[in-house]
Amino acid sequence: MATSLTAVKRRQLGRPVSIVGAGMSHFGAFRDLTSRDLFAAAFQDLRTNLDPGIAVSDIEAGYIGNYSADLFEGQGHTAPILADWLGMTPTPVTRIENACASSGSALREGIMAIASGVYDVVLVGGVEKMTNLPTEGVTDVLASAADGLYEVPAGLTFPGIYGALAKAHMDQYETSLTHLLKVGIKNHNNGALNPKAQFNTTLRDMMQRRIARAEQRGEPIPDWREEMDFLNDDRANPWIAWPLRLYDCAPITDGAACVLLTAAEIAPNFTDKPVQIAGTGQASGRPLHDAEELTSLAAARAAAAQAYAMAGVGPADIQVAEVHDCFTIAEIVATEDLGFFAPGAGPRAVDEGRTARSGDRPINTSGGLKAKGHPVGASGVAQVIETFHQLRGAAGPRQLPNPDLEWGLTHNVGGTGGTCVVHILRRE
Amino acid sequence: MAMEGRDFTAAAFYAYLQEGRFMGVRCRDCGWLAAAARPLCPACHGGAMEWHQFSGRGWLRTFTCISVVPAALAAQGYGRDNPYCSGIVELAEGPRISARIRGVDAANPQTIPPGMAVTLNLAASAAGKRPGLVFEPAVG
Repeated sequence: MATSLTAVKRRQLGRPVSIVGAGMSHFGAFRDLTSRDLFAAAFQDLRTNLDPGIAVSDIEAGYIGNYSADLFEGQGHTAPILADWLGMTPTPVTRIENACASSGSALREGIMAIASGVYDVVLVGGVEKMTNLPTEGVTDVLASAADGLYEVPAGLTFPGIYGALAKAHMDQYETSLTHLLKVGIKNHNNGALNPKAQFNTTLRDMMQRRIARAEQRGEPIPDWREEMDFLNDDRANPWIAWPLRLYDCAPITDGAACVLLTAAEIAPNFTDKPVQIAGTGQASGRPLHDAEELTSLAAARAAAAQAYAMAGVGPADIQVAEVHDCFTIAEIVATEDLGFFAPGAGPRAVDEGRTARSGDRPINTSGGLKAKGHPVGASGVAQVIETFHQLRGAAGPRQLPNPDLEWGLTHNVGGTGGTCVVHILRRE
Repeated sequence: MAMEGRDFTAAAFYAYLQEGRFMGVRCRDCGWLAAAARPLCPACHGGAMEWHQFSGRGWLRTFTCISVVPAALAAQGYGRDNPYCSGIVELAEGPRISARIRGVDAANPQTIPPGMAVTLNLAASAAGKRPGLVFEPAVG
């Protein structure tokens, strides 16, 4: 059963594949929008951003990540429903479900479909409409991505399992509650620069708005001076699953994202700045109680090893990364699993600002799932979109100052490591 | 009731629990143990399992105290003002399992010692319509 993470057989795509365009809906809570409205918005954004445009009839197949429209919206069989909304029928479309890694997995299927030679032009996307249900209902739907026979009967929720992982990390290393909260502050600082983000605001601005509101209403004025005062206030930032508080958790989000993939040889027909799929990796993992280690996701390490081997690069070569920060601890663990920092060294890297946009290892420049929002089935592709923009120098106010960005990485996790998908992108 | 006659299913695992026995499986080929019922051995990939009774003793490997609770636990009175503790127990026999942890102050998690010795409360584990493992601090 032991998985060798170092001796990975080097696999290559049958032929090179490029990303030529990207589109996203706004991420947020949109009462009147369904999955199909969100996906249509993402597709419209893609078409608008693609200079020569794209005829719907030129798309030969679609792979769409969606976790649970069945439970969130009472809508199953979502792929053809979405395809019809774009006017794409009779083009074949397939829904991919791997919990929060659904669209990372969909991307991988789309890449392999082109690499196989069957298609030249593929639409890959993801969508989730989560806010129809109250928080309790969302908690139950997300918990259904865990082991329903042995984890859920133990009272574990999705934040609960990550809480237990965080506690194990705190016991084993020097990780503190402050480290976790600093990840949130950093990602909100990035999200404040992302007009598509659910939280297009810093935590400091949120805190100051709360203070101003209290003043206006003549309520007691909180004595918060720094973000950390606000974040350590049990009323402003309540516990969800100790040691995780509200602002350690990605929000409940509606949103959609899509990218257009083509065989690399025809990419210049669509853009003069294609981004190459340099590596793809995917692995499966076990419930946390059966994991080899409680402070790491084995599937992430295995998926990363595959992707690095295919791309012929290592962690030191990656200049920008979007990692799956469904919880603040998950970002710290991701940066260790990906080899950016040694096991247990993730928290210190946060302290030193290394993962900020100004650091040597910028992580989640989009705001991450934490601030950009986490429509679970769309998050994997949304990560790829941020990396695509960064590598093309088109990330607007979030653009990293390094003019020589060449290598980017995305890390998309389903459940608590049941699935992990890693992609490495390269500017062509 | 004959131990060997039951399929290695979660239904049998929880039925045993309700009969007062904490039964998992052991691989007859390689000795791999699980505090769960499963028909195939993930270690040697054989299919020769047998039921194995666990002592119910272990230690608390990690835990969380949950304030935003699923519907089933909300119905039992848990919630923001009354969190509950769940965690991962490493059993004396080696395997780990997820479980509810009772008899601790879930509203003050810093009072719960890491590595605390725990024992299975069979009656609590079997209670109600939805059985689930419940451990408590070991006495003495």
